Amino acid sequence: MEQQRVVLLRRSFLAGLGLAAGGLALGLAAGDAEAAPPAPLGPTALPSQPGLRTGVFLHIATDGTVSVVCHRSEMGQGIRSSLPVLVADELGADMARVKIVQGDGDKAYGDQNTDGSRSVRDGYEPMRRVGATARAMLVAVAAKKWRVPAAECVAEQHAVHHAKSKRSLDFRELVADAAKLPVPDAKTVALRPVSELKRVGGLLPLLDGPAIVTGAAQFGADVRLPGMLTAVIARPPVVGGKVVRYDGARALAVAGVKKLVELPGPQGGAVGFQPLGGVAVVADTTWAAMRGRAALQIEWDHGANAAYDSATYREALSGAARAPGKVVRKVGDVDGALAKAARTLEAEYYVPHLAHAAMEPPSAVARVDANGCEVWAPTQNPQAARTEVARALGVDEAKVTVHVTFLGGGFGRKSKPDYVAEAALLARAMGTPVRVQWTREDDVQSGYFHSVSAQYLKAGLDADGKVSAWLHRTAFPPIPSTFDGRVKTPSDNELGLGVLDLALAAPNVRAEACDAPAHIRIGWLRSVCNIFHAFAVQSFIDEIAHARQADPREVLLEVLGPARHATPAELGVQKVPNYGAPIEQHPVDVGRLRHVIERVTEISGWSAARKAGRAVGLAAHRSFLTYVAVVAAVSKDALGKVQVDEVWLVADAGTVINLDRARSQMEGAVVFGMSIALHGAITMKGGAVEQTNFRDYPVVRTTEVPQRIHVEIVKSDAPPGGVGEPGVPPVAPAIANAVFALTKTRARELPLRRLGL
Amino acid sequence: MMKIHINGSVREIDVSPDMPLLWVLRDVLGLPGTKFGCGMAQCGACTVHLDGKPTRSCVLPVSSVGAREVTTIEGLSSDASHPVQRAWAEADVVQCGYCQSGQIMTAAALLEKKPDPSDADIDAAMSPHLCRCGTYVRIRGAVHLASRLKRGER
Repeated sequence: MEQQRVVLLRRSFLAGLGLAAGGLALGLAAGDAEAAPPAPLGPTALPSQPGLRTGVFLHIATDGTVSVVCHRSEMGQGIRSSLPVLVADELGADMARVKIVQGDGDKAYGDQNTDGSRSVRDGYEPMRRVGATARAMLVAVAAKKWRVPAAECVAEQHAVHHAKSKRSLDFRELVADAAKLPVPDAKTVALRPVSELKRVGGLLPLLDGPAIVTGAAQFGADVRLPGMLTAVIARPPVVGGKVVRYDGARALAVAGVKKLVELPGPQGGAVGFQPLGGVAVVADTTWAAMRGRAALQIEWDHGANAAYDSATYREALSGAARAPGKVVRKVGDVDGALAKAARTLEAEYYVPHLAHAAMEPPSAVARVDANGCEVWAPTQNPQAARTEVARALGVDEAKVTVHVTFLGGGFGRKSKPDYVAEAALLARAMGTPVRVQWTREDDVQSGYFHSVSAQYLKAGLDADGKVSAWLHRTAFPPIPSTFDGRVKTPSDNELGLGVLDLALAAPNVRAEACDAPAHIRIGWLRSVCNIFHAFAVQSFIDEIAHARQADPREVLLEVLGPARHATPAELGVQKVPNYGAPIEQHPVDVGRLRHVIERVTEISGWSAARKAGRAVGLAAHRSFLTYVAVVAAVSKDALGKVQVDEVWLVADAGTVINLDRARSQMEGAVVFGMSIALHGAITMKGGAVEQTNFRDYPVVRTTEVPQRIHVEIVKSDAPPGGVGEPGVPPVAPAIANAVFALTKTRARELPLRRLGL
Repeated sequence: MMKIHINGSVREIDVSPDMPLLWVLRDVLGLPGTKFGCGMAQCGACTVHLDGKPTRSCVLPVSSVGAREVTTIEGLSSDASHPVQRAWAEADVVQCGYCQSGQIMTAAALLEKKPDPSDADIDAAMSPHLCRCGTYVRIRGAVHLASRLKRGER
């Protein structure tokens, strides 16, 4: 009863804040779950009651309450505090009267994959049109009532106003009549001038903050269903491995263990999003399941990837990058220019596999009955989860419902719904709801890893030191290998992350993609191939600067060349993948990249920031259609280890909806990039991951974080670019460049701590 | 049966004595605000108070809790009124939020011991905690803010 009381208090507190609190407190106590299914993020569908409904995203009830669907997942980027606010601004709604509906996985919403830093980019105009459509209908009703031109009416503060006659009607007084009107074509409704969007671009409040600081926010593992059991799975340590036989007697003897369920491995030629298979221990508590798993004795057939070894693979990868590959970008005559160069420089760079290590390990809850399957999951991609669950169960997608919970971090891992399918398979096998819980060891050892890479760069310098020739070879097991095991050549989309789209002043440029077969599941991780491409390119430009004994800032600006839009012809490519965006709308704008470099060196006092015992490094990179430059200052700590003292980051992400969340994403990107620079390394031995947990896959702690991380977001009216990922790529090279300035040790591989730095 | 003093009340539980307190909270007592992050006291997501002292519940067998009072994020306040919660909200600290229950519990304990902590005090106290989103800089600021709120300066 004590619990019940706490739950109710919290619910009324949140309701008082005008938040979508309906579901926030549900399911905390076992008794609650009987009453209604868990709704971790409040309502999952627009109200069915009468009102104005303009499509799948918006409903206005007869009391004026506006419900807006957030169709993308909340994983810390603040999307629930951003897109719905944009709709409200366009509509003229009072946020206190707006409820956020967290959309289930449903193609009716269009693409829901919260990935690629594109929720705002994809949603900016369409979501404004959602608000504008409803506004046009409310205004039409008011104008008709008042017999005035619609153009004289203004919608703001949840009412339509006619200034001339000083009349106003609240939305609630207009909804019933508006609902009778035909819904205009969203593509033809007029959008407000941007200057009329009251909140957009400001420091918007974090709507889910109160739920999180009270512990009420429900993540995937927090969902409780009556009769629910918990499963922990022993997965093959090597991808493609299979259970030969297992002895479960000791596992079944653990109190609380209910059953052992063998799960099939991936079917067909591709791993894709399929579960890895193994043996699941299903129990009444997580602890019992974990103990049961520890007691399992399994004999594995490790399969074809059992020889995967990072040390030997590195040799092969390096060999691939040192040999000619598939030419993917070409202007001028690189070989001729290299032959004529006054001086040449070459370098090879290596970045290991990385794991996402989101603080919340994967988890999902499922129940399966005659009507179908219902799951609750922290997923970045509820539609893919729906498809994968349907495929695993052999049922039609229409029979599968995927509810999205809060995500305890995603970083790309939770775009892959293998863990959701595991929950569904086990719920069916058990005939009860099942929660699958991955441990940290599972997360570190059985993920979809950021690809390991080797890159070879060679530059020819003319008599003045200017770069006349640029050769870039990149070798890494590509992401498409996860979906077709035969693929070993990097795809255009991956090369578009920092190779094909890199603007260079050099007249002779060639880039080559080199083959590398995959032996584990390769997946995208926050900023993807930009991590290693930016590390290599930005380190190499710094090497050129030091070889010339010139200022790295001046050389970087010179290598990029003057402000211009770098066309596909200039870049020497058929097409710039450009993150799926038209190049006309989102050009490769060297002027914007130069601007963030100029700003970051200005605010950091680039020349003045160097002091005795302290050095600075600079890097800049365009990714996800956003331009970011970073200056890192490093010194040595008492033990002689490199420490990052201070970081400055300037980002031009075009139009920003939520300035505070853009800043927080950039602050977070600095820390994420620091983990990559200092610590991140997943290594393989005998086909299996050698690391186990945070003790051997460390990530940055507060003691390593600089006292000051300065973030400046450039004010821009360009179309929105990405925010979540583009802060990451320049961080590691900025630190490595600073380390060189401090120690004269050039780190051509990451992580730095493994180099003893 | 075992008795456990939790958030101001006493609950009877019937669990294996080696079950870590974390799973008793989450799976038995219906208190999922305390999070599982690593299972080996490496990340701090599972932090609760044991007689006011921040403790990693993922490695603490429930049988060793004894008569000590356990306080979880749910018991810190029922209405987000604790100064640390207010400061976290005011500074918009959180990103994904998963680690923040643990961070908040440690910050609250720190302020009981050191009402006006230095940056070094904060780093030392908060260092058991990992935040993959990278909210560390805002956490430092929010602990200072909570200190001022608690001392009634704001």
